Amino acid sequence: MREKILSAIDKNSRISVEDLAIMLGASQEEVAAAIKEMEEEAIICGYTTLINWDKVQSERVTALIEVKVTPQRGLGFDKIAERIYQFDEVQSVYLMSGGFDLTVILEGRTMREVANFVSDKLAPMEAVLSTATHFVLKKYKEHGLPLVQPHNDERMLITP
Amino acid sequence: MRNPLSNTVMKIQPSGIRKFFDIVSEMKDAISLGVGEPDFDTPWHIREEGIYSLEKGRTFYTSNAGLKELKMEISNYLSRRFGLSYDYNKEVMVTVGGSEAIDIALRAMIEPGDEVLIPQPCYVSYHPCTILAGGVPVVIELKGENDFKLTREQLLESITEKTKILILAYPNNPTGAVMTREDLSKIVDVIIEKDLVVISDEIYSELTYGNTHVSIASFPGMRERTIVINGFSKSYAMTGWRLGYAAGPANILEQMIKIHQFAIMCAPTTSQYAGIEALRHGDPDVERMRDAYDQRRRFLVHSLRNMGLTCFEPFGAFYVFPCIKDLGMSSEEFATKLLQEEKVAVVPGTAFGDCGEGYLRISYAYSIENLKIALERMEKFVENLRKKGVNDRK
Repeated sequence: MREKILSAIDKNSRISVEDLAIMLGASQEEVAAAIKEMEEEAIICGYTTLINWDKVQSERVTALIEVKVTPQRGLGFDKIAERIYQFDEVQSVYLMSGGFDLTVILEGRTMREVANFVSDKLAPMEAVLSTATHFVLKKYKEHGLPLVQPHNDERMLITP
Repeated sequence: MRNPLSNTVMKIQPSGIRKFFDIVSEMKDAISLGVGEPDFDTPWHIREEGIYSLEKGRTFYTSNAGLKELKMEISNYLSRRFGLSYDYNKEVMVTVGGSEAIDIALRAMIEPGDEVLIPQPCYVSYHPCTILAGGVPVVIELKGENDFKLTREQLLESITEKTKILILAYPNNPTGAVMTREDLSKIVDVIIEKDLVVISDEIYSELTYGNTHVSIASFPGMRERTIVINGFSKSYAMTGWRLGYAAGPANILEQMIKIHQFAIMCAPTTSQYAGIEALRHGDPDVERMRDAYDQRRRFLVHSLRNMGLTCFEPFGAFYVFPCIKDLGMSSEEFATKLLQEEKVAVVPGTAFGDCGEGYLRISYAYSIENLKIALERMEKFVENLRKKGVNDRK
């Protein structure tokens, strides 16, 4: 039941408990309880909206920063990751395999703002060995959904 | 000038769907719940394989029966999904959609005057294709109270000395009915005893909600008397690719391939390459789409029952077939008025045979959002009808 709920709301978090219950063939109480549990267990961590900010007037830049760090004894990478993700402008932090350790995705209003964050906040951290900042030029797809107008239904209206 | 036309062809009625389509297409902003094809795009990896085959210049005919790799994949698929075993070399052929397979199966087997049993409501092509092949269609009128399954009694009643073929189409378009192993087991011995051949149209076999589809060919004694017809249109959302197949005993397939060879040559090569990819790596796509259909199905049945319409639970395909008999109008009248007043298009049950009277085919090959809007309008329409009915009686 949990997984069915999750995969249903993964792409559309606005769906009501009532509809969800009908679609999954369960009772409303059952669905509501399962959602509440998953919220409490931080399986469901929030409900966000997928916005194509490129279409909105306000200026916004996204940067992807490769960070090399020194892991700390007993805490591994978690401590340094936490120090980084606490910043509001940080959107995502991932621990990576391969040539660097952390991917930090940052959102700022201008390139200068991002640059300042890297030079003033991120790079000076003791555990941070190096950073490489890449700016996003255009977003095509996020969270499994293309950031374009859905195409029209081109099927014939009635077919056998 | 002499009459250039064939009397046989002239006598065939145009499909009821065609008629309704003409009315609908004049309504610009109608919401349609009338289509018989998936709303999903063909999964990208399958499309990509088709594009790649074009890039590689694979633009030639294939052998008549289809690409060897595709026939092998079809044979593997039928075995892994339904426990059917067919020699890809002699017992499998690739066709232009399931519809071609139906046509050539009938043409390969019918002698003039042979009777073909057609349980209705059903897909629109069985009846005319039988006539074109020189056969005599014998309609079995399936009943709502049997959930539109073919019963042993109805089958027995319809068999005569001349009966040769039974067309079985489950999961069913338009009713959404399925026949379980148990349901089928009740008719298998009749089919064998009366020496019938079954054309089993299993195009919706991947779209069952509950039990996995059971092919009648998997029953002992049925393999040698069954042509299994299936295809890629519904399961992989590939209607426009026109790709289907037939599997059956070599002696029948050989003759079907002969007709196909002269009439068609081969199924589109690009589609065949895409089909290989679909069968090799398409299982997760099928599952994803089936889950989505299943959710919409529950939603639709729930909403229709909330309107007070009788609606048996359909366990296959992507249609529900609610009954409107208590609303005091014919299916066609209902569909036409619903279209005019609320701009929602559904297909009158009569498009699939006379016994579809009193029913509507509603497709759920639409997003939930779309279904919601359409059903709200339909609910309003039904409520108004009921109110009117009460006032009329006063």
